[in-house]
Amino acid sequence: MNNKKTKFEIKDLDLYYGDFQALKKVGIDIYEREITALIGPSGCGKSTFLRTLNRMNDLIPGTRIKGQVKFDNKDIYDKDTDVIGLRKKVGMVFQKPNPFPKSIYDNITFGPRIHGIREKNRLDEITESTLKEVGLWNEVKDRLNKSALGLSGGQQQRLCIARCLAVEPEVLLMDEPTSALDPVATSRIEALLQDLAKKYTIVIVTHNMQQAGRVSGYTSFFLTGEIIETGLTEKIFSVPENKKTEEYISGRFG
Amino acid sequence: MATRPKMDEELKEINKKVIEMAALIEETIRSSIKSLKEKDVELARKIIDGDEKIDDMEDEINSDCFKFLATQSPLAGDLRYCISIMKMIRDLERIGDHCEDLAKYTLRLESQEYYKELIDIPRMADMAARMVSNAIRAFVEKDLRMARKVWKSDEEVDELFRYIYEEQLDIAEKNTENARTAISFAFVAAHLERIADYATNICEETVFSLEGRYRMAL
Repeated sequence: MNNKKTKFEIKDLDLYYGDFQALKKVGIDIYEREITALIGPSGCGKSTFLRTLNRMNDLIPGTRIKGQVKFDNKDIYDKDTDVIGLRKKVGMVFQKPNPFPKSIYDNITFGPRIHGIREKNRLDEITESTLKEVGLWNEVKDRLNKSALGLSGGQQQRLCIARCLAVEPEVLLMDEPTSALDPVATSRIEALLQDLAKKYTIVIVTHNMQQAGRVSGYTSFFLTGEIIETGLTEKIFSVPENKKTEEYISGRFG
Repeated sequence: MATRPKMDEELKEINKKVIEMAALIEETIRSSIKSLKEKDVELARKIIDGDEKIDDMEDEINSDCFKFLATQSPLAGDLRYCISIMKMIRDLERIGDHCEDLAKYTLRLESQEYYKELIDIPRMADMAARMVSNAIRAFVEKDLRMARKVWKSDEEVDELFRYIYEEQLDIAEKNTENARTAISFAFVAAHLERIADYATNICEETVFSLEGRYRMAL
């Protein structure tokens, strides 16, 4: 058995969009400071599941949820949950880099300002430290006031990660964060993930089996709203237990 | 529906070549013992010359597997299968080398009078050859039970080897005239014992390919 600390403990999670059941009895422990990869064919529920971890699904009308999603031992679907506070702790990075059409500086400081930080010095510090954390500082330090949209795709995605880090989260949710990037930019993000995992818990949805194999410590395979298999990534990709997992990762269906 | 036709096609092609190589090895084992038993020098020379073909086959399959790994990025069962093939053909190639050595004994013993008819050595050769055939069959047919059975039967070969070895030692001690031949026979038995060991390796590779475990669980 491992002695890792569980960051998220999910049990019997059902999710419905209207009449459609998108998640069925999902159960999984997500460990602290580990990278957990979610794989599975399109429409299997992995992105839906990712969004349950910071209640992004609340924004979709007709969504109903049953079961338990504990974050640091507290059910985030309890009525007294501070959802804004939750999303500060559990940040999200999307498939397509989506910087605000603002300056690089404003992108990073947007979150901290919302959370009440006003001092210029503090905001400067946050900007420098987060951009350094994602390896972007040297590339952009001379043009912090230029539009973020002038950056390359890979730089934009690293900026979006930095923007997440600026509010000092504990968890990063990533929905196919490199699928719109070229191989070099992808490698940089993957290397960055390894670094970030020393400090943050990361959950990443990916369609790229090799990427899941390269970056993650744990992998969960989703199929039609259910988790078919969860385990150490090296085990899932070398000797999966379930035949459906085997078929999916060897590209035999999906 | 085959969603990776190119991958399946390449695997099929590799598999075909492995079966061809295995068939050639089986044939070579039988020939090497026949050459020794019947002092068939011509057959022995053919075996020695034929070893290069076995080496070439190993190189070709290795290169196919290497390309397969590089271009298809196989995972799980496909990956294990490819790795076990690469290990298995190395074992087959080594079996080929032992056959070549056996054939060389035919040439060396050509002028020697056998002091008795060869019975136990052909019997041991037959057991080893059967082990190799069945091990390959178990691999190709993904038959774990057969792999386990073959693996277990190595004990009998080992036992026979010890018996032959002691017997030849005894002959050499009692009659120095026969010592040279007796020592050669002891070496022949040792080669056969190694061939049977390689058959057990192939069984272990079958287990790895099918179950991802390295060791045979009985």
